[in-house]
Amino acid sequence: MLPLIGRRLGMMILIMLVSSFILYLLFEFDKDRVVIQAIGPYTSEEQRQAWLEQNGYNEPFLERYIAWVGRAATGDFGTSIQFNRPVLEVLLPSLLNTAILALWVFSLTVLISLMLGVLSGIAEGSAMDRSISFLSVLTTSVPEFASATFLLAIFVFWLDWLPGTSSGPGSLFRKELILPVAVLVIFNFGYYTRMMRASMAEVMNSQYVRTAVLKGMPFQRVVMKHALRNALIAPFTVMVLQINYLLSGVIVTEVIFAYDGFGRRLYEAAQFNDIFIVEACTMIAVALAVTTQFISEIGYMFLNPRIRLT
Amino acid sequence: MTDQALPLPVRKSSLAKLAGAVGLLRESHIGMFGLTLVLFWLVLAIIAPALPLIHPLKQYSSHLLAWPLTEGPDGAYFWLGTDDLGRDLLSRLIWGARRVFIWAGLATLSAYSAGMLMGVAAGYLGGRWDDVLSFIGNLVMSFPLIVLYLIIIGRFGATPLNIIVAVTLATGPQVMRIVRGIVLDLKTRDYIAAAQVRGEHPLYIMLVELLPNARGPLIVDACLRMGYVTITIALLGYLGLGLPPPDPDWGSMINAAQKFGSFGANAMLWPAIAVSTLVLGLNMLADGLREISLRD
Repeated sequence: MLPLIGRRLGMMILIMLVSSFILYLLFEFDKDRVVIQAIGPYTSEEQRQAWLEQNGYNEPFLERYIAWVGRAATGDFGTSIQFNRPVLEVLLPSLLNTAILALWVFSLTVLISLMLGVLSGIAEGSAMDRSISFLSVLTTSVPEFASATFLLAIFVFWLDWLPGTSSGPGSLFRKELILPVAVLVIFNFGYYTRMMRASMAEVMNSQYVRTAVLKGMPFQRVVMKHALRNALIAPFTVMVLQINYLLSGVIVTEVIFAYDGFGRRLYEAAQFNDIFIVEACTMIAVALAVTTQFISEIGYMFLNPRIRLT
Repeated sequence: MTDQALPLPVRKSSLAKLAGAVGLLRESHIGMFGLTLVLFWLVLAIIAPALPLIHPLKQYSSHLLAWPLTEGPDGAYFWLGTDDLGRDLLSRLIWGARRVFIWAGLATLSAYSAGMLMGVAAGYLGGRWDDVLSFIGNLVMSFPLIVLYLIIIGRFGATPLNIIVAVTLATGPQVMRIVRGIVLDLKTRDYIAAAQVRGEHPLYIMLVELLPNARGPLIVDACLRMGYVTITIALLGYLGLGLPPPDPDWGSMINAAQKFGSFGANAMLWPAIAVSTLVLGLNMLADGLREISLRD
């Protein structure tokens, strides 16, 4: 078990290193491009040379990269071009906002899909199962920007119940969160539900569940005590892995609703060519992705005794 | 006359096979519904030039953001209304469908070709090939997709080629993963061993023996994948990273109309409905195909 964890950790670090190298190559190999983006196109040659010298861009590429990785590992991603403040200082509040949004979305999605998945998985082929399946296909077919359009039309323009944009200070409970959370939950719960359904259906067909039913155990007790726990193993890994996918949707939704989060920062930085923010955001996203991958694999091993013991 | 030779099995033409597949699909309501939705948009996209539509770029400045069923000047009739520049929505929707099919189709095709080659190589050749290709796949999949698009298109610009490259890069590894899994399973079959004993070249085995036999699950997956790519293409348009204007594009139509708040409600709803129904059609078609393939 330990060597396996070690190997996964090594893989994690390797992926982070390779992606950071590609990122640096992509954005900072051409130092003339960097300086124009950092201090603007209407600067003199001397100003540019001075800036390059001052920021260590005259070193060979590999040395620059190693120095950059060292600084990035300690959280120093340079100074944002847009805001003229340290990148991390700009990003921290928006990361917190995104965490609030993601927390709501993840917990609601998991809750809804667990209930729907169990309901349809315990009675495969029933009317309930078919309606839930249809609902899942329907909602996963509507991309975030389209469902946002529908919700905007109904709840903002027509009923005038909710605000249409979500900028403003972050807090766990505010009206501005409802639409972004709804959009993301609607798009994501279908996939989770299908996972949960498939896993539940498989467990319900297994022999030990049949034995439990045949020996006269109340059905509810069979589902809650015996089936559910085993049915949760496979979806657990998928749900954790999906955090990466969820982050994609979060970024899009933040842009749609002008929510002051990490994704909107990244999107605006990409539009503005604020390469230091783009680099920082990308590395944070990749770090999050490899960490969730790691957690899902280790979690799977802990949850599934058949793997744990070998 | 008694010992008549058994008739050789008739090799069905591909057209007959297709007809057989459609016949099978008729048993799945979901699949038929999906097929209808996809065909609806596909047919509209194909016959768009022949339809009596107002030119999609023609601007009626007297009728900005008009509601559906309004009458315009010189006999123009806006069935679905107009957008913020007074262009006919119906016409832009149908021409936009053409654009979606062309670009999403090309991007899916490109992603599929790359992913299938990588997957069959990783699965069949194994060893170092598998290590390297799987690492590339893991690497790409460590980026949230939208970040990948923002980086590539933000860095190199929103040209049609870059968009296809970005979609291929993001989708190819996912296809690879599926193909690799199928190939690992097929690899142990007897006909592969037979081909190896015959001394066939590994390329021949991969392309002629393995890939055609993996097609079942891949067709289902391709439908789903085409749905995702459609979403991506429209999303990039929405985010202003898509194909350059002024040609109609569903994503950028939604974005343009949203800027006008409740006045743009009509203009933003139609493209949102369009993209949702097309993706729904593709997903339901995939569901139907999967249902049928599981049956036999």
